[in-house]
Amino acid sequence: MATIELRNIEKRFGETYAVKPFSLTIQHGEFVALLGPSGCGKTTTLRMISGLETVSGGTIHLDGANITWQKPGYRNMAFVFQFYALYPHISVRENIAFPLKAEGMAKSDVYKRVDEVVSILRIENLLNMRPGKLSGGDKQRVALARALVRKPAAFLMDEPLGALDAEYRESMRAEIKRLHLSTNATTVYVTHDQVEAMAMADRIVVMSAAEVQQVGTPADVYHAPANLFVARFIGSPGMNLLAGPRRGEKVELPGTGNIYTIPAPQREVLQAATPEGKNVIVGFRPEAAMLNEQGALTGEVYATDMLGAYKLLHVSFDSDTVVHIRCDRMVSHPIGARVRFDLDPQQVRFFDATTEKAIGPTQSAGTAPISVQAANAQEKAA
Amino acid sequence: MANFYETGPAKPVTESVRVDKVTPGARARHNIRAAAVILFAIIGLIPIFIMVVTAFKTRADVVAVPPKVLFQPTLEGFVFLLTERVVLPPAALAEKKQSLEQLDWMERVAMASGQTITGPSDYVRRLWNSVIIAGISTLISVFLGLLAAYAFSRFPIAGKDDLLFFILSTRMLPAVVVTIPLFLMYRQFGLHDTHLGMILLYTAFNLSLAVWLLKGFIDEIPKEYEEAALVDGYSRMQAFRKIVIPQAATGIAATTVFSVIFAWNEYAFALMLTSEEARTAPPSIATMLGRGGIEWSAIAAGSLGFLIPVVIVTFILRKYLLRGVTFGAIRQ
Ligand SMILES: Nc1ncnc2c1ncn2[C@@H]1O[C@H](COP(=O)(O)OP(=O)(O)O)[C@@H](O)[C@H]1O
Ligand SMILES: [Mg+2]
Repeated sequence: MATIELRNIEKRFGETYAVKPFSLTIQHGEFVALLGPSGCGKTTTLRMISGLETVSGGTIHLDGANITWQKPGYRNMAFVFQFYALYPHISVRENIAFPLKAEGMAKSDVYKRVDEVVSILRIENLLNMRPGKLSGGDKQRVALARALVRKPAAFLMDEPLGALDAEYRESMRAEIKRLHLSTNATTVYVTHDQVEAMAMADRIVVMSAAEVQQVGTPADVYHAPANLFVARFIGSPGMNLLAGPRRGEKVELPGTGNIYTIPAPQREVLQAATPEGKNVIVGFRPEAAMLNEQGALTGEVYATDMLGAYKLLHVSFDSDTVVHIRCDRMVSHPIGARVRFDLDPQQVRFFDATTEKAIGPTQSAGTAPISVQAANAQEKAA
Repeated sequence: MANFYETGPAKPVTESVRVDKVTPGARARHNIRAAAVILFAIIGLIPIFIMVVTAFKTRADVVAVPPKVLFQPTLEGFVFLLTERVVLPPAALAEKKQSLEQLDWMERVAMASGQTITGPSDYVRRLWNSVIIAGISTLISVFLGLLAAYAFSRFPIAGKDDLLFFILSTRMLPAVVVTIPLFLMYRQFGLHDTHLGMILLYTAFNLSLAVWLLKGFIDEIPKEYEEAALVDGYSRMQAFRKIVIPQAATGIAATTVFSVIFAWNEYAFALMLTSEEARTAPPSIATMLGRGGIEWSAIAAGSLGFLIPVVIVTFILRKYLLRGVTFGAIRQ
């Protein structure tokens, strides 16, 4: 069992905030990703949870008990470091056994447990090697084995795949996810790669500039970003964001004749939130645009990226507004051609131009995360 | 030559090297530099060669002009070094010659120049003093240095930079400047000519070097190693013992060698602050010059015996002195 509760935790180094106060409850069995660009405070947050860093304010609770000032070894959490931190002077077997030896476990039990973990990760053939001789992927497997061996209540992983080649990254991603589902250990996973977070996490905590921007399921942060930062950061490319003054139920977007009509369900909210004639930001994902001869919006093809399964059109509205549109890979669009398109009203989001915050709900309809359900079901069965 | 730029080198290049380093001119210059280095190395080794050769020569061979390259080796120098002897009157000498078989080899060597052994010389004791003083002071300074270096490397310490500079500054005064006040202080505290006094002195001197050297090595050990151990339930001290010390083996070995060499070779303080009890080898080799003619082969033998321990220590630790054996599991 491990429910981790962060209550208003914050970290200041001198005068500057590395992490501004925020609260978060991580359910037992949940896989939470801390996502954000480099330097936004992800590692610091993880280190505060592990006890390797003190908090400047707030408290941390593990299953209801306040562990804010308990030492790292007391918390029964395993930390997987970005650069593996395998001890180069001892063999892989000893590396994996190392955490168990701290507990003074009998030797035979130690190696039995090591063998168990090793077979889960399929690294039997590496046991007698020194870490220095291993490839990146194998080092990461050994680091995971070392974390797993103690059966910790929670895994804290700091960009564990960051140093891997793209080829390994995807298979390791699946492996970590599989491990998580089979152990049901609460996992906090730090990454700057939104694809990784989207693929693996039950919930994503998006951070930027020491501040939590949004906490939500992958669907939430993708379809209903809380602000412009999240809208831009999630997805590749990010959400298309166009600013223009609102007049009645229409928004005048850049380019000539690009008048967008606000979908009926959102009109009221929007009219209440933005004064007449003031800017509002219209956001939509590339796949929300549908090419259509009679489309309300129009622009000139600026570039086309053939991405295999589909094509990404860069359409310029005016000299400094380019939107990305997903379209059929078979249709060719010469550069400079004019295209027209409509937006799926379900998938359009609006943002306040001054506060940059979303107007309307920031949660997509959905259920509790899969792994939390799994963990709860298992708990009940037990 | 002229068409090198068209044909390239005669043999395929299988080492990693820049293109302009394999032109015939560059190769020739490289060989000239290599030859110069070898020449310098040989010149540098000549005194050591002469010392080794001299240690095995007889008195007569040592002073022969021109110097003898081929000679009958003898252990006379070593026997003279290790023993006190008296010259026997001819009658006693003849008598002794009768019972040549019962004499041990040292006596026989001594007798070749008409002398008999009366006891061991001071050199053995002084060499032993050197071993004790250099050994203990090295152990203490490496041990304390390791703890201090770890603290400086890992913990926020108020005035860290000033402290480190202060530690370094203890090495800045030349020995001649500090010997007089030290001499007076040691007199006062009864440390003059004691092992303890010399151990304290060499420890103090080596400690600054040890702290600086080891801090450099420990800085290179990623702190994640200890953090991983801390998260796994080890204490800071256990992590230090099980992770940091093995990782710093290279640095510890290097520091040990430097400390041993300093304490072993130190001359000025030893000359001033010791006389009988705690006198170390370096000043005693120098004083051998004075007594009853110059025993060149004994001096050479003494210098040789003095060199050997340093060579042994370095040899034992050579594996650790090669850097890079422990690093590389972490990519940064
Ligand atoms: N020990 C430290 N002392 C001072 N500043 C730090 C320290 N650790 C991190 N920081 C600062 O805190 C901010 C957040 O760092 P970090 O949590 O490592 O970011 P991330 O892991 O998201 O890249 C950065 O600006 C970094 O420079
Ligand atoms: Mg980080």
